[in-house]
Amino acid sequence: MEIKVLGPGCKKCQETERVVKEALAETGVQADLVHVTDTMEIAAHGVFGTPAVVVDGKVKSVGKIPSKADVISWIK
Amino acid sequence: MAESCCTTGGQVMILACSGGSNVGQLSNQAAIELTQEGFGKMFCLCGIGGELSGFVQSAKDTPAMVAIDGCAVGCAKAILEKAGVPQRAYLVLTDLGIEKNKDFALQRDQVDQVKAAVKQACATLPRDAAGASGCRG
Repeated sequence: MEIKVLGPGCKKCQETERVVKEALAETGVQADLVHVTDTMEIAAHGVFGTPAVVVDGKVKSVGKIPSKADVISWIK
Repeated sequence: MAESCCTTGGQVMILACSGGSNVGQLSNQAAIELTQEGFGKMFCLCGIGGELSGFVQSAKDTPAMVAIDGCAVGCAKAILEKAGVPQRAYLVLTDLGIEKNKDFALQRDQVDQVKAAVKQACATLPRDAAGASGCRG
């Protein structure tokens, strides 16, 4: 599984990454987590804003910090 | 780390049908000008229609959004319904008294009329909510 957090590096993007890490730790799911900060790569995902979360190529959340429960529902 | 990458205030997502008639192109021109003027940001309805996840999820997660259909065929509305995107602000340009035709020489007064109608349709949108929890690209 590959998870991408899209965001240029603001606090909300970092918080999103933290939530995803917590969800992975809690579930024991193995995944490659990448924080994408490159604006062109972010734009290639077609998102209107950041932070955004992409799981195995599918965008799951845009413009907000997802809840841990949401992240768990995406990865289980 | 940047302290914040977020814009101030809300960004309205503007989705225009951009169809093959005067009213379709009026929706497109109004969306362009409202973006240039900073009222909102035009977004790709085509990407939503293509069911590309980034576009669909963006529309679902953006509380301040307006869809502009040129005519009562309602292509923009249908695309949003098919994608499971809740309808928020919405208007149909023929309802404004603009007759649909194939004359693509857009009239300035009609573009301005559409822009004013879009702004009015967005009056009840949660502008503060858009972008409040994230960054708008």
